[in-house]
Amino acid sequence: MDVPAIALDRIGKSFDGRRTFAVRDVSLDVARGAFLALVGGSGAGKSTLLKTINRLIEPDEGAVSLDGRPVMAGPPALLRRGFGYVFQGVGLFPHMTVAENIAITPRLLGWPQGEIVARVDELLALVGLPAAYGARRPDALSGGQRQRVGIARALAARPPVMLMDEPFGALDPLTRADLGQAYRALHDRLGLTTVMVTHDLQEAVLLADRIAVMKEGRLLGVDTPAALLASDNPDIAALMAAPRRMAERVAARLEGRP
Amino acid sequence: MNAQIAAAWRALPGALAGHVLVSACALALGLALSLPLAVLAARHARVRWPALALASLVQTVPSLALLALFYPLLLALSAALRPLIGVVLPALGFLPALLALTLYSMLPILRTAIAGLTGVDPAVIEAADGVGMTPSQRLWRIEAPLAAPVVMAGVRTAAVWTIGAATLSTTVGQTSLGDYIFAGLQTENWVFVLFGCAASAILALAADQLLGLIEAGAGARDRRRIALGAAGLIAGTLACLAPAAASGLGAAPARYVVGAKNFSEQFTLAALIGDRLKASGAGVSVRQGLGSAVIFRALASGDLDVYVDYSGTLWTNVLGHAGASPPAEMVEDLKQELKARYGVELLGPLGFENAYALAMKGDRARTLGVASIADLAPHAPDLTLGSDLEFLSRPEWASLRGAYGLSFKAQRSFSPTFMYRALQDGEADVVSAFSSDGRIAADGLTVLADPKGALPSYDAVILISPRRVNDARLRQALQPLIGRIDVQAMRQANLMVDRDQDKQTPAQAAAFLESRLR
Repeated sequence: MDVPAIALDRIGKSFDGRRTFAVRDVSLDVARGAFLALVGGSGAGKSTLLKTINRLIEPDEGAVSLDGRPVMAGPPALLRRGFGYVFQGVGLFPHMTVAENIAITPRLLGWPQGEIVARVDELLALVGLPAAYGARRPDALSGGQRQRVGIARALAARPPVMLMDEPFGALDPLTRADLGQAYRALHDRLGLTTVMVTHDLQEAVLLADRIAVMKEGRLLGVDTPAALLASDNPDIAALMAAPRRMAERVAARLEGRP
Repeated sequence: MNAQIAAAWRALPGALAGHVLVSACALALGLALSLPLAVLAARHARVRWPALALASLVQTVPSLALLALFYPLLLALSAALRPLIGVVLPALGFLPALLALTLYSMLPILRTAIAGLTGVDPAVIEAADGVGMTPSQRLWRIEAPLAAPVVMAGVRTAAVWTIGAATLSTTVGQTSLGDYIFAGLQTENWVFVLFGCAASAILALAADQLLGLIEAGAGARDRRRIALGAAGLIAGTLACLAPAAASGLGAAPARYVVGAKNFSEQFTLAALIGDRLKASGAGVSVRQGLGSAVIFRALASGDLDVYVDYSGTLWTNVLGHAGASPPAEMVEDLKQELKARYGVELLGPLGFENAYALAMKGDRARTLGVASIADLAPHAPDLTLGSDLEFLSRPEWASLRGAYGLSFKAQRSFSPTFMYRALQDGEADVVSAFSSDGRIAADGLTVLADPKGALPSYDAVILISPRRVNDARLRQALQPLIGRIDVQAMRQANLMVDRDQDKQTPAQAAAFLESRLR
């Protein structure tokens, strides 16, 4: 069997000196090239779990391995340069141009200047932004454009793994759907491994191959959307039924049925 | 008037250089201390509170007191360190001024730097961590540039405060634009006071504008403006320091340091001593405006080489004796005791006395029928006593009050100049005058007799620091002054400086005294 791209082994994290756990005893494998969505209500521990992968949060218990190698050795900053990280707040550096923002990780890695310039142009095209936008400041962009830049910045150093924390959560529904589909296409084209936290089941079902459901810090189950729908765990079944129920109600309202 | 302005301009290069040097160094040191502390405080809430509280506490100490406090502190430190490192820290002049002003500059920088660093958008911080920056890369590439405009606002405030407060460093013997202000206030030379204020204000405004240019440049991420502002600051600082540096390199180094307390007579005598030393070919610097308590210790510790003090002051305040002894014996006793206890040499009395004395307006004394302090006692409950800033806390006042049972309706303290004004304006009925003061005769004041001898005598005496005791040049230059300045001469010299019409500088009054020696 293939070594998983990401292996989480009995991860636990407490923010209050082990009185309560935000994440408790979660073990989870993500295969290379997979697109996994982490879903669950607020406070389920999705973001905390995601951030233990690139050590933005250090777990109190358990171990994370990438391609079979543990991540805990070495400085976390160096580790993070090997990941793409995209989050709801985007966090473009306001004192840098779009191009400088995209170039940041290659620059930290010491790429040659010529290669960086070429890569920035390539990435702007990849996320569907005109090359001229490279000279703009982040505050001259719309919300959707900003997150496109955020994705380009995360992809810049060609990381094999993308970690996304509610990446489209702050966008309007149309932009959100567009950008979600655009990203899924990139995932397939670049052969990425993606873990995406979302509270939106519909988005999870539409984008991900597999869905991991969390509740109160624990992992309830991981499987394809269809298999989860048939789960005998009532929490999972209820959660998974929600998008379809919602879609049916929407369709009914639009057709004038009660 | 024009002569005063000309005199003020002549003194400007030295005063400006001293002022700029101490302000710039204090600001640079303040930045060097505050910025790392702010980074630490921004990252750790446990550091933030104590750091800010301490800086605020420093700010609540009046700046004049803060400067004065560094003198005994450095003296103690120097005494403690001498056996360890073999170096004597100068407790007077540049060092105490630098340290006090540095502390003073820290609060605005610390406060705005912490606000600037903690105010960076958390999403930007998360992104910086997410793309793989180390903490120091995050600080230099992200946090520092984003906080810079806010921090610069604090630096501007600190610069304006520091340049303003640096005028006070005159009181601990650091040459600054405050020399004009303090000397001017004492001698009622308003041209000097205004000149000092204006020069310090212009300096502060110029620094503020240049720092403002950097602040605006940092806000707009405009490197050209930042460079322009920085270049302006550096060029301005160098231009102010250049004349002093050039003369410092060219001329003989200041060999002798002459001290002066904070009134006209002291300024004149310091100028007289300085001129004599210069005439002998030595380099001289004068540190004036020092308080009575500071000046003797400065001499004893070698920060000063020579100054003029008064026997009664030394007897009661320095040596802590209660009763007075007859003048001739007192000077002899003092000579022995100062030598034995401090190694300080009393070269000899100048020949006049500047005693504390109670004085009233002549007509008022006649109306009340008061000729002595004993006559005054029954009237005291209806009268207001005006004193200089020291008198009421000195042992002489306690002794006087005890001997005659004095109890005034009110007691008010003034700087000496304003004390005489208050007497003229009727805000005070009796003042603690100085017997060598030219204004006693000029204002027609009656000096009240002291039949019980409660006030000691105050013969002016030249004191020499322990390290200059065997300095032949110094002794030779000053020996001719011993016993040669009588009270009439001194009163006249004092009046030249203190009067409103045809006002002269202490240097001119010193020249007058010098001419009488021949």
